[in-house]
Amino acid sequence: MGIEQKLGDLGVVTYRLEDLVNWGRTYAMWPILFGLACCAIEMMSTQASHYDASRFGMELNRPSPRQSDLMIVAGRVSRKMGPVIRRLYDQMPAPKWAIAMGDCASCGGVFNNYAIVQGVDEIIPVDVYVAGCPPRPEALIDGIMTLHERVRGERLKDWA
Amino acid sequence: MERHDLVVQKLRSALPEAIEEIYDFRGERTLFIKKDKIKAVCQFLRDDEALQYNFLSDICADDLLPEFPRFAVSYHLYSIANQHYLRLRVQVEDPDDGPETVASVWPVATWLEMEVWDLMGVRCVGNNSLRRLFLPEDWQGHPLRKDYPLGYEEVQFSFNYEEIDAKKPYARD
Repeated sequence: MGIEQKLGDLGVVTYRLEDLVNWGRTYAMWPILFGLACCAIEMMSTQASHYDASRFGMELNRPSPRQSDLMIVAGRVSRKMGPVIRRLYDQMPAPKWAIAMGDCASCGGVFNNYAIVQGVDEIIPVDVYVAGCPPRPEALIDGIMTLHERVRGERLKDWA
Repeated sequence: MERHDLVVQKLRSALPEAIEEIYDFRGERTLFIKKDKIKAVCQFLRDDEALQYNFLSDICADDLLPEFPRFAVSYHLYSIANQHYLRLRVQVEDPDDGPETVASVWPVATWLEMEVWDLMGVRCVGNNSLRRLFLPEDWQGHPLRKDYPLGYEEVQFSFNYEEIDAKKPYARD
């Protein structure tokens, strides 16, 4: 009573398991809600209808780290926020990835002072840096697609 | 404008010598109050029938570093009944011996004085819950002071990329 009756014999498809798994991981990447500053506005507009992040299977921003596998650090990270980010990142189940969105999260940006961590890569390992102050949604989408490229090249043993 | 003068007149008759100076700027009145009189002045301004400054909107502190006294604490009062703002200002010479707490007049002053201590280091005498409010609990110093070091890390450009990269404390999984 399913699709197989309408279509007849579909045959067998063979594929590398690693590619299938990475394909699945790539197009169902749920980011954790992590807007820290003005970059969050661009992140929201990336997810809204005009730029439509759901094309990449990531329309759901999870409020819980246990349900998410991508952390988009959108904005400057203060010294007080640092331990919180690390704690949330540690709670995310592997496999997990991180994007540093914008200049502040990547390197401190214009805030070169005692209050701001000079790059979130001092706190969590970052996979992709997106430049801009703030980056336009196109730039963030480019960063997400760069991350997808990276994930497609990963080996299962890397996360085992 | 007449309410500005009413405040001064009432305060002078109730607590003579409390007002050190009166300062007007663009229709706002600031009263410089003697440091040891601030609590009595606040109590009077809140309880007087005609004044009723029943809302303490903010307490903030200034660092006037080359000058002496170095610190000044401002109290921004609002009378909801009369819709009138008033600013009280106290000059503080020693930050560890600040003005007396007004938490018994307006309970919110506990938190506002905590903020003043956290960022500026002016300790309001009698407030026993002065602890870190905005900053991490192990923070050293008071960053809004003018002699607090701003902090600077060398910026990574293409010409010194590898030098900085070698020293940068990258996080691990």
